[in-house]
Amino acid sequence: MSAILEDFTSIRGVSLIKIKEAKDEGQKVVGIYCTYCPQEMILAAGAIPVSLCGTSETPIADAETVLPRNLCPLIKSSYGFAVTDTCPFFHFSDLIIGETTCDGKKKMFEIMQEIKPVYVMQLPHLHQLDAALELWIKELRRLRSTLEEELDVEISDEKLWDAIRKVNHETMAVKAICDLNKKNPPVLNGLDLLTVTWSRNFSSDKEELFTMLNELQQELATNQESEANANKPRVLLTGCPVGLGSEKVIRLVEESGGLIVAMENCSGYKTLELQSDTELDDPIIALAQKYMEIPCSCMSPNPYRFELLERMLEEFQVDAVVDLTWQACHTYNIEAFTVGNLVRDKGLPYLHLESDYSSSDLETLKVRIEALLEMVV
Amino acid sequence: MLVVGLDIGSVAAKGIMLDRGKMHRAMIPTGWSPRDASEELINKLLKISGCKREQLDDIIVTGYGRIAVAGAGQVATEIKCHARAVAELYPQVRTIVDIGGQDSKVIRVNGEGRVIDFAMNDKCAAGTGRFLQIMANALGLDVSELGENENFSEMVSINSMCTVFAESEIIGLLARGTSKAGIIAGLHQSVGRRVAAMVRRIGIDGEIAFTGGVAKNPGVHRALEEELGCQLLIPEGCQFTGALGAALLGQNS
Repeated sequence: MSAILEDFTSIRGVSLIKIKEAKDEGQKVVGIYCTYCPQEMILAAGAIPVSLCGTSETPIADAETVLPRNLCPLIKSSYGFAVTDTCPFFHFSDLIIGETTCDGKKKMFEIMQEIKPVYVMQLPHLHQLDAALELWIKELRRLRSTLEEELDVEISDEKLWDAIRKVNHETMAVKAICDLNKKNPPVLNGLDLLTVTWSRNFSSDKEELFTMLNELQQELATNQESEANANKPRVLLTGCPVGLGSEKVIRLVEESGGLIVAMENCSGYKTLELQSDTELDDPIIALAQKYMEIPCSCMSPNPYRFELLERMLEEFQVDAVVDLTWQACHTYNIEAFTVGNLVRDKGLPYLHLESDYSSSDLETLKVRIEALLEMVV
Repeated sequence: MLVVGLDIGSVAAKGIMLDRGKMHRAMIPTGWSPRDASEELINKLLKISGCKREQLDDIIVTGYGRIAVAGAGQVATEIKCHARAVAELYPQVRTIVDIGGQDSKVIRVNGEGRVIDFAMNDKCAAGTGRFLQIMANALGLDVSELGENENFSEMVSINSMCTVFAESEIIGLLARGTSKAGIIAGLHQSVGRRVAAMVRRIGIDGEIAFTGGVAKNPGVHRALEEELGCQLLIPEGCQFTGALGAALLGQNS
């Protein structure tokens, strides 16, 4: 593994120390769970936006003393980390921001409120209605004034534009890395790709992160072609969010001889084409428009996800698709029907998996994944 | 060319040897060690055929125990092996239903015998041989006796899909004096419904083959044909389909 890639594996540890120091100096930390959270607003408030833990099986048993067992593992894990105080990022957060992406999260946040202040944004789901964008703009303005009040700062337009440019640049830099995998053979395997795209959300320092991303891109772009990655079936992963700790499907695909070349999911490619329009007069409208475009399955209808997937199948020269639904995620589970039709219409093998964070189904997942790879001509 | 195909299932381990046009087969309980079972099967096949280990050109292993015996030979999934065997036995078939000990699956194949889609039962024993085995135990029968003890005209619906709940449902029915024969018909219908739903999800195109150990049960056969509204082709030695496919893959490689 290259030294820069190594740096990404240690982002969480390094970031934690920096966050602790920043806290000691009076800086505020705002914890976020979802790509819908406009982190630009937190940056503009002079606080540190940081991802929270929610991708490990470990605290789920504790969460299940409160939450139903047949709930999505991501929600149970997030709550479990919070209630057991085992996520240091949650521990250091002054405020948590959630969104009404799904029923499970919405109701879990009510209970999480007992542990820490949780501020929930009302995310509209019929996103093509004018009323939806209007509501979302109002929600962003409400977030702005809440942050100003809670953190005792003023969020100026100038600071917002500055933050918007930073996040736009970061997004472009991550996309540039992911796009290198359009090459054949690809430059990164799925686990390394995940390490980069997921770990970056734990960085406390946007400028440093931007430098790391650019350095990695340059290094990978000039690297010798990896023979180890040649001639392996190129698999696209889509569906529910995956992070380190919940990467079992990526691991199984790669252990079975395939290679995850791209991921159409939350920390992956799903948001990477989206940029806030810096030509607009109002930064809030620029943010609202960008975030409303995210093709999460909670949106109805969700055409951009299918456009994006169709393009990714071509550009990443995909041989097969794995669509992962976490248990009880109804929207991704149902949308899998349409995704499956799209993929099969392209003549590509498609595998829909429903699972959770546990290792109980590794064998049954493995046989399905091996059979999918056998289907690649 | 001398090849062996092994299908190390959750209940039974099946072996097929293809010896220049001749076919030998053997079956033993898998037991707790897939590795021992595969060794025993190979030895059995060698004994039946009178061949020597060194003469074997290839061994292909499939079934849930395939990983444990990796090293013995090449590995392929049950899905690919069933498709390969059925392409040989019934080239006109495009949909395969396989019900084994711990899973049931539906496989769609194209004209060349290649898998184009498949579905498997989820994390649950409903609609598998294991389900029937546990129900047979509750009725004081061996799983192989279910078919002959069914009485279709007395059928009572079994509503629980979950193996554990279905078992208590049956105990309740027995306590109320419901006939065993009717309960058995209900169990077969339950498996048929469950599997038929999976078949429809994958889609029917052309003829359907029914393989795996459960295909030996005439009650499930009847229930599945009724649910699907068409006839099913069952190979002689349906339990050996996976092993045959494995052997055929070995012959081609």
